[in-house]
Amino acid sequence: MIQAQSVGVVAPQRADFAEPLKLRSGGQLDNYHLVYETYGTLNAERNNAVLVCHALSGSHHLAGHYADDPHNVGWWDNLIGPGKPLDTRKFFVIGVNNLGGCYGSSGPNQTNPATGKLWGADFPFVTVEDWVESQARLADRLGIARFAAVVGGSLGGMQALSWSLQFPERVGHVAVIAAAPKLTAQNIAFNEVARQAILTDPEFHGGHYYEHGVVPARGLKLARMVGHITYLSDDSMAEKFGRSLRHGRNTYSYDVEFEIESYLRYQGDKFAGYFDANTYLLTTKALDYFDPAFDYGGSLPAALARASADFLVISFTTDWRFSPERSREIVYALLHNKRNVSYADIDCPAGHDSFLLDEARYHALLSAWFDRIEV
Amino acid sequence: MTAYRYDHEVIAQWIEPGEKVLDLGCGDGTLLRHLVEVRQVQGYGVENDPDKLQASVRNGINVIQMDLEKGLVGLEDGFFDHVIMSLSLQAMHNTQGILHEMLRVGREAVVSFPNFGYWRHRQSILNGRMPVSESLPHQWFNTPNVRFFTIADFDVLCEMNGIAVRERLAFDEGKLVLEEPNFLASVAVYRLGRAA
Repeated sequence: MIQAQSVGVVAPQRADFAEPLKLRSGGQLDNYHLVYETYGTLNAERNNAVLVCHALSGSHHLAGHYADDPHNVGWWDNLIGPGKPLDTRKFFVIGVNNLGGCYGSSGPNQTNPATGKLWGADFPFVTVEDWVESQARLADRLGIARFAAVVGGSLGGMQALSWSLQFPERVGHVAVIAAAPKLTAQNIAFNEVARQAILTDPEFHGGHYYEHGVVPARGLKLARMVGHITYLSDDSMAEKFGRSLRHGRNTYSYDVEFEIESYLRYQGDKFAGYFDANTYLLTTKALDYFDPAFDYGGSLPAALARASADFLVISFTTDWRFSPERSREIVYALLHNKRNVSYADIDCPAGHDSFLLDEARYHALLSAWFDRIEV
Repeated sequence: MTAYRYDHEVIAQWIEPGEKVLDLGCGDGTLLRHLVEVRQVQGYGVENDPDKLQASVRNGINVIQMDLEKGLVGLEDGFFDHVIMSLSLQAMHNTQGILHEMLRVGREAVVSFPNFGYWRHRQSILNGRMPVSESLPHQWFNTPNVRFFTIADFDVLCEMNGIAVRERLAFDEGKLVLEEPNFLASVAVYRLGRAA
């Protein structure tokens, strides 16, 4: 085992598609482009490709950094690289910015070819299934008939699960991490609060704020603050912030008093400075719509009968956004179909965010799983 | 726990090719891997220890993290052909609960355990010391075992719980014992079903 290393300097690539993409909403993208990054080398047999799907605020930038921006490190850099659990000496790893995203793929902040103006709110609704379809076309473009594995956490895990249903013959292994087979009413409720924060921001302008030279930063900030609460556990928040006071005493004002307020405002402001509000709206809707069992009378076992991949399902004990019970629903549905599946409930205090950490047992388990994939 | 793998051979003989098998407390997955290789079973292990779970994953078997003390919640009635618990029953608190669960989700259960009535163990107690042997390798102060029972005790428990003993093999450190198993055998392996 070599010392785990970074993949180093990376650069995004772009693929343009002229074949129309029919969307679940009934809409269509006549043409579109995807921005993606790759790490490692596609082998001669073309059987060592691993697709990593991103979550709500993620991107195609999984690992390494940019030559002109050394501090912009990929969001899953602790997992991906030479000697890391997803070892780029063995695998050819791909990250794709999803359609509707705000990191360069066709989306609200990109130009609508039909009008020459930015899409804004006119960008069509996209679903998890649409993303998977577009990712499959990118795989075609790269000459990848079948992925060794498709993996993802949270919303990325939903894409990985959907891959196993939409293209069962094109994926050998699937890792579904900190995900759920569908959102609960409570999950949708949190998303709705986030959306309302954006939609009611006076600077939203019906989603065409670019034309007004403004961004609905207050709404996006609030949305992120609500989201962030759900990413952390009660315990981790208590441990990190407790009731710590900024000034050591109550000041009887609406300025920051408790440290948790400071933290949420900081996270909200930071996020509003780089993320796109239309993408946030679209992506939360994609989360809400995801429900592969819907077409099977609500039966997840019936929905997963099509899957044939080897599965790894991982939850985290303190994740209440997508609780371990939600992961177990997936496990039992796969078991019902006699599919190969392993399941771990990782003891980690950090809540939903745990899936992004390099918790030792979590990464050791992923190492063991990736190691056993033959390429 | 590597010394007693001869119970694996017995268990393999009771499994038909292609069966659905659940192995409770599967450890590093050695038994399941063996059953996959010699019986082509569709096998699943259950393990709650993170290190063993990881070892099972590395070993290429399916393993589900679950706390057996809470039963087999979520698993379907009668789904498995055989539910196995190899040398783990004595380390569980909820003995009756897990036996009931094994026969709920499985057509048959296979259970092996160390016999505390083995003559060497009795001799040890007579000499005033808790037994330490090949089948009971731990000292009293670090043993994972929490239930101390004999073959005779287990037979009574099965009777009490409406569990049919379909077959029983007993061993003295690997050699088959045909007579006086409760005295001469260090380990017993049972094939159990629901009494009609």
